[in-house]
Amino acid sequence: MTAPARTLDVRRSRSGGLPGWFAANSSGNTATVIERGFKVIRNQNWIIIVSGFFEPVFYLLSMGLGLGALVGTVAGPGGAPISYAAFIAPALLATSAMNGAIYDSTWNVFFKLRFAKLYEGMLATSLGPFDVAAGEIFMALFRGFLYALGFMGVITAMGLVTSWWALAMVPVALLIALGFASLGMAITSYFSTFQQMDWINIALLPMFMFSSTLFPITVFPQAVQWFIMALPLWHGVELMRQLSVGHFEASTWVHLGYFLVMSVLGVAFTTRRLRSLFLR
Amino acid sequence: MPVIEARALTKTYGDVHAVDGIDFDVASGESFGLLGPNGAGKSTTMRMIGGTSLRTSGTLLVNGLDPETHGPEVRANLGVVPQTDNLDTELRARDNLIMYGRYFGLPYSYLRPKADELLAFAQLTEKAGEKVDNLSGGMKRRLTIARALVNEPTVLLLDEPTTGLDPQARHILWDRLFRLKEAGVTLIVTTHFMDEAEQLCDRLIVMDHGKIVAEGSPADLIRRFSTREVLELRFGSERNAELVDDLRHYADSLEPLPDRLLLYTEDGEAALARVRADGHTPMTTLVRRSSLEDVFLRLTGRSLID
Ligand SMILES: Nc1ncnc2c1ncn2[C@@H]1O[C@H](COP(=O)(O)OP(=O)(O)O)[C@@H](O)[C@H]1O
Ligand SMILES: [Mg+2]
Repeated sequence: MTAPARTLDVRRSRSGGLPGWFAANSSGNTATVIERGFKVIRNQNWIIIVSGFFEPVFYLLSMGLGLGALVGTVAGPGGAPISYAAFIAPALLATSAMNGAIYDSTWNVFFKLRFAKLYEGMLATSLGPFDVAAGEIFMALFRGFLYALGFMGVITAMGLVTSWWALAMVPVALLIALGFASLGMAITSYFSTFQQMDWINIALLPMFMFSSTLFPITVFPQAVQWFIMALPLWHGVELMRQLSVGHFEASTWVHLGYFLVMSVLGVAFTTRRLRSLFLR
Repeated sequence: MPVIEARALTKTYGDVHAVDGIDFDVASGESFGLLGPNGAGKSTTMRMIGGTSLRTSGTLLVNGLDPETHGPEVRANLGVVPQTDNLDTELRARDNLIMYGRYFGLPYSYLRPKADELLAFAQLTEKAGEKVDNLSGGMKRRLTIARALVNEPTVLLLDEPTTGLDPQARHILWDRLFRLKEAGVTLIVTTHFMDEAEQLCDRLIVMDHGKIVAEGSPADLIRRFSTREVLELRFGSERNAELVDDLRHYADSLEPLPDRLLLYTEDGEAALARVRADGHTPMTTLVRRSSLEDVFLRLTGRSLID
């Protein structure tokens, strides 16, 4: 047995020609991070994959059908009465887009960074921090896409959508996921312990409870309503709800704009924090 | 042009000076060692070379490029074996090699035969389809080294390559590293084992508390900082300390360790004869040649392994 033969004539350091910031942070091989993601999904136990899909479905069945039997109909977007299940279904889609994106960009990134040391291995190759971050955010969005598609199928089968506009809920779920994932990854760069990571859950749970997911925010005093309306999930829930019945008003643009701005800021923020997150 | 050129290289974590202004060059094809106890700053230096740790100050060039501003390009020619294995546990052994090669942008047509060749090199051919978690510590280590070779690096960084391996696995690994050296690969090895440093390194720096305390070839360091031979005497743990002053004049110098006294002298047998002639009765004695361990002890007054 001799040393491995040298067969690699052409060195593929594709970063060679890239300027400034990219030369330091990317090799242009981002797609290989995504390739790994798909390979792992293919090898993975399918139960792990579908469990993420069932969570909002169980919520919908227990709250929508169970609680819905007590509540009856409620006022939907524009005031038209809709069933309680149809009221919460779009909210659950927005919430699960948020939860999946946050989980992937915070806990998952934190774990792979500090414990599995997966990124340490990747960053010892010609991959740069940008490639790892962009690839992982893409994978988070892909999982979000699968879940959103599945959930759309369920609520359509249950007769909870009444407009072709509901199809737009899938790309909007991705936009919501992008907003949360990019912000989540940037925030993770400031954390170094599990206790700090717990703060994320502490912030998310009340946001889920109060962002007009399970009941309208009109039950709260005006000041509390303003506070909730400043938070992202409320915009996601309202936008999804309007899409589910195809009722639009000026606020639709506000909700959409909120997430466009959040995504742009989140990506910029994560980009700024990339080196602090991955290089230390 | 040196493969690596470090000047006043410094890394601080808060108020910990992990690497405290070190200068060194590594020539192409050289086997270069960083020897020092835990916490000396060896791993931090390695990470800065790979551009995965950002330095606090100083300059560093790897193949003429700054790894902080050209990380991907620098690492395209680097093989990195980290101190703790970071294999991808969600992929099987062979896929670990192939996927890692993909990160370098290498095509499958190159990677499939390369992966098989490297598995053979690491004596892991039968484990190709095994889950990483099912491999023994030695196998994981060899797979990690095989993985670092997938891009045919010209510079291989090995951070404590044999820590945690049994003696047989260590010798297999040293043999493999020797072949790579013969093939012209520049090796940069950190270790806190003096025998490993003596086996693998043409030249080394001895580090302590982030600073370089000595530099040279193993033989050169031993010649400069130690005597030819060492006489080890054991009088039992209580008596060792009491006898330090009595025995000092039998040797060029004396280093007391908790379990034994080390007398540095050109001729160990002669010194032992004189010690005995004067009526001292050590429980056990040993005359041996000086090693890098002694160099470190004499430079810092402490052992490499604590
Ligand atoms: N990520 C880190 N954060 C804080 N301190 C660190 C970090 N990495 C290393 N250190 C500190 O820097 C010093 C040098 O560590 P290291 O380079 O790992 O030494 P060695 O590899 O020689 O054992 C140690 O005191 C260690 O605690
Ligand atoms: Mg170390």
